[in-house]
Amino acid sequence: MVFETKNKISSNINDYNIDSIRDDFPALSLECNGHPLAFLDSGASAQKPSKVLERMDHAYRNEYANVHRGAYTLSQQATDNYENARKTVADFMNAKSTDEIIFTRNVTSAINLVAHSYGRNFLKAGDEVVISHMEHHANIVPWQLLRDAVGIELKIAPIDDAGNFLLDDFEKLLGPKTKLVAITHVSNVLGTIVPIKKIVQLAKKVDAKVLIDGCQGIVHEGVDVQSLDADFYAFTGHKLYGPSGIGVLWGKLDLLNAMPPYEGGGDMIEIVTFEKSTFRDAPARFEAGTPPIIEAVGLAAAIDYITSIGVNNIATHENHMLEYATSCLAEIDGLRIIGNADKKIGIISFELDDIHPHDISTIIDSKGVAVRAGHHCAQPLMERYGVPATTRASFGMYTSEGDIDQLADALKYAKGIFG
Amino acid sequence: MEDDLRELYQEVILDHGKNPRNFARPQNANYEANGNNPLCGDKLTIFVKLGADNIIEDAGFDGRGCAISIASASMMTDIVKGRSIEQVDILFGIFHRMCTGEDISEVPSEFEDDIDKLMVMSGVKQFPMRVKCATLGWHAMQAAVRGDEIASSE
Repeated sequence: MVFETKNKISSNINDYNIDSIRDDFPALSLECNGHPLAFLDSGASAQKPSKVLERMDHAYRNEYANVHRGAYTLSQQATDNYENARKTVADFMNAKSTDEIIFTRNVTSAINLVAHSYGRNFLKAGDEVVISHMEHHANIVPWQLLRDAVGIELKIAPIDDAGNFLLDDFEKLLGPKTKLVAITHVSNVLGTIVPIKKIVQLAKKVDAKVLIDGCQGIVHEGVDVQSLDADFYAFTGHKLYGPSGIGVLWGKLDLLNAMPPYEGGGDMIEIVTFEKSTFRDAPARFEAGTPPIIEAVGLAAAIDYITSIGVNNIATHENHMLEYATSCLAEIDGLRIIGNADKKIGIISFELDDIHPHDISTIIDSKGVAVRAGHHCAQPLMERYGVPATTRASFGMYTSEGDIDQLADALKYAKGIFG
Repeated sequence: MEDDLRELYQEVILDHGKNPRNFARPQNANYEANGNNPLCGDKLTIFVKLGADNIIEDAGFDGRGCAISIASASMMTDIVKGRSIEQVDILFGIFHRMCTGEDISEVPSEFEDDIDKLMVMSGVKQFPMRVKCATLGWHAMQAAVRGDEIASSE
């Protein structure tokens, strides 16, 4: 332990017992290469609490059948579970109706759904779509595909060197041609919390629709979609301590029902003949085929778990961890943090001397520290900072000061190897 | 684990990583190719001066990458000089087997010295995620001498 007292920031906030929370996550007691695992890659995917694992296991063993099909008891139970999960998600986001909640595979498929179904039917050549410089590839490439298909123009809202979203510059990009704004809630590389409420207000002035990529944002801030008043909000289950294989697209109901289907198949139709098919309303319209049944149950269990701890309590804890880690890392000679926005969540991207992030990641893995190294699916942002890649430590509700001390010590070890 | 790590990051590799040899475009280079690792965004460009008889007269590279990919490309550009395209193919085959921990006991005698030099890279076999770093330059070298513009580690 190097930083014993000086940087100690108390995490004893009301009702937040970090030790008991860590006990809820089986993976956190793993050993990695002879050291306790310091899992600092929750931004890529979070570990799962026992409550999620046990709930999914129970459902597979006792409550499993396909949904929306059988007239037998087990199928009814599976259907109830699936639709109750939709209710849990709707309540978590404060959606007006459960019909506004569409289960997808992940955020990528949610954004592609909007780009196809909304984009190809409501946008035309010359219309403008605004994204930001710090988007994940999942919120860049679908719009490029749309650009190539229908001839929209893509505008990029800039950020400053610290990673702050520049609202004034964003406003200047807006005009009568702006039809859609697609922006991340929180940068997965810089940790920047984007002022999405203000973005929505500005976009509404020019009658543009707004999609928010909530992948990182909902995990750390939560969201109230009625208060936000965007048109679409997408998030994924696996970063929210739930299973992989399920994501959510929330959309305003009248808009969803005006959009044609994205994928065709079972469950989304009313009547099918060889001449013509008619389609159900949202959400069924956008859930063709057998959905992620048990994943929905697991996602609901994850939301119940988070809610029992309290989204605000989690955010407060993660802010403490961010402050603690920022001060610990600042003491390492040659370490440069990329992303120092005024408001950010527990994500720290950094460079260390001229050691390549992959080398750092391999070396600190030998000390049990798991971080992400690479371009984080945000190559244009890497270009913006003139780096091919960064090392990224990202925190979750279970991150402890011990994890961060282990990271700092391991980084010093890496420095030692490279002399 | 830490022994494996020390074997991977031994002095020779760190030295080649920090002070890569042939880190420039040779004059009269007549072939080049980019090597991209789409997983990490690393990019190397390999330059070759290929003679009329398909002998590599000179080789160099530039770009950005980790210590492993830079050190490997640095050593490779030294070793391939004076070799034919066919010989480089054989060398890469042996090197690839070395990196993935396969048997390389039967190295033709003409390549023994080269393989001895390359043995410092063999620690990568304990780190399967990093094999692509070690082979990126070689993939690009093969692409260059075949007249392809881009090689991918994928």
